[in-house]
Amino acid sequence: MLKNRLIPVLLLKDGLLVRSEGFSYHQIIGDPLHEVRRLSEWNVDELLYIDISRGDVYDQRRDDTLHGTLATPLDILDAVSRCCFMPLTWGGRIVSVADMRRFISRGADKITINSAAFRTPELIGQGAAMFGSQAIVVSIDAKRVGNGYGVFLDGGRTEAGADPADWAAEAERLGAGEIFLQSIDRDGTGEGYDLDLIARVAQATSIPVIACGGVGDFSDYAEGIRAGASAVAAANIWHFKELADSLGKKALLRAGVAVRPGRT
Amino acid sequence: MKRVAIIDYGMGNLVSVVNAVNALGVEALVADSPADLGRASHIVLPGVGAFADAMRNLGDRGWIPALEEAALGQGKPFLGICLGMQLLAATGMEHGEHKGLGWIKGRVERLVPQGEGLRVPHVGWNAVHPVPGAGDGLFHGLADGEDFYFVHSYAFVPEDPAHCAAVCDHGGLFCAAVASGRVFGTQFHPEKSQRAGWRVLANFLG
Repeated sequence: MLKNRLIPVLLLKDGLLVRSEGFSYHQIIGDPLHEVRRLSEWNVDELLYIDISRGDVYDQRRDDTLHGTLATPLDILDAVSRCCFMPLTWGGRIVSVADMRRFISRGADKITINSAAFRTPELIGQGAAMFGSQAIVVSIDAKRVGNGYGVFLDGGRTEAGADPADWAAEAERLGAGEIFLQSIDRDGTGEGYDLDLIARVAQATSIPVIACGGVGDFSDYAEGIRAGASAVAAANIWHFKELADSLGKKALLRAGVAVRPGRT
Repeated sequence: MKRVAIIDYGMGNLVSVVNAVNALGVEALVADSPADLGRASHIVLPGVGAFADAMRNLGDRGWIPALEEAALGQGKPFLGICLGMQLLAATGMEHGEHKGLGWIKGRVERLVPQGEGLRVPHVGWNAVHPVPGAGDGLFHGLADGEDFYFVHSYAFVPEDPAHCAAVCDHGGLFCAAVASGRVFGTQFHPEKSQRAGWRVLANFLG
């Protein structure tokens, strides 16, 4: 039986990992690699690594790291892939099939596209034809708008004027293999997932939905699965809670969700 | 001296396989031309992508006769991973009917899971059950039901069930590994399956 996945999300900004709140406030966590090593040693199910940089300068702001300066996203991916023995999805700055090839050939198992997929939907099909649907994860950032939800682009800054469930169904039709669904409202709040959002998108699609945004307690994960997600993801909790993988897995198992047991 | 040729035919993520082989202390050689096969003791055919593109790329680059000679002629152990396993089949059904390598008779068909809430692609960790007596030691030392990482929408249906080395359940059993002589294939990604996956790779590398 297929297990539900528990997925850490690492956010890279200007060369350093950050913690995010409301998609607008970013607090520096630090080195782009050491978290990857720890997660790989824990045998986590999968890793999502998303570059949210807006500028072109990637700087670790120190010269005493063992890995030297990693000055581009591909330098960072090279270093990540050398210490990441778990499935890796890479996101950020991918706007063409050539970009997809670049990241996949350097160690990403899957890539995720967000604003570029919305603005150039044929990118989804072109990527799926080249790398298979399973390698194309469409990210959707959603926020409450009136009584429903809206899709937001450009890291939450631009309202797209579309419903996330409709867009997810369209992305599936175009060839997406998975949907990575983030709630902008819940980002960094610790209030738990937006379950209504997850349910709407999961019901609109037959591909796996990865839920993200709002986890503050390990017990939040099972709620996301019950709402219809195939995998539950979180970012901040992995930085600030002890034994985030094994305790997260324990909470899921206690709630009756099938997962691979974690390793401490 | 063991040296693994990892076939670079423009399909997908070779780096993960190279890193996993290196982590096992074995030299990996990214082979971008059939001439490289002469220097290898083992061959790995990785791949993510679509069946037809993969066969076309293998053909365009002259890989097909070279791989046949190395794996079937000289008997160098061969492992196809994910799409690399599916290419071993005679026929692929992804986006139309396409001819595969045909080293193991069978067809590659879309997964149609029976059961509520079961999605395709089949993505994630699932229990693999080695078929007793099959697989020529590929699963040696691993318990029945170990979890491996899968990410695929199609699966290999061997014509002769004896070629199925392991099965997995996703709304119905499908073949998770094939073996015929020293030709192996895994639908899961051993290079991404952490300890259990490393064991499979180590068994393959003997």
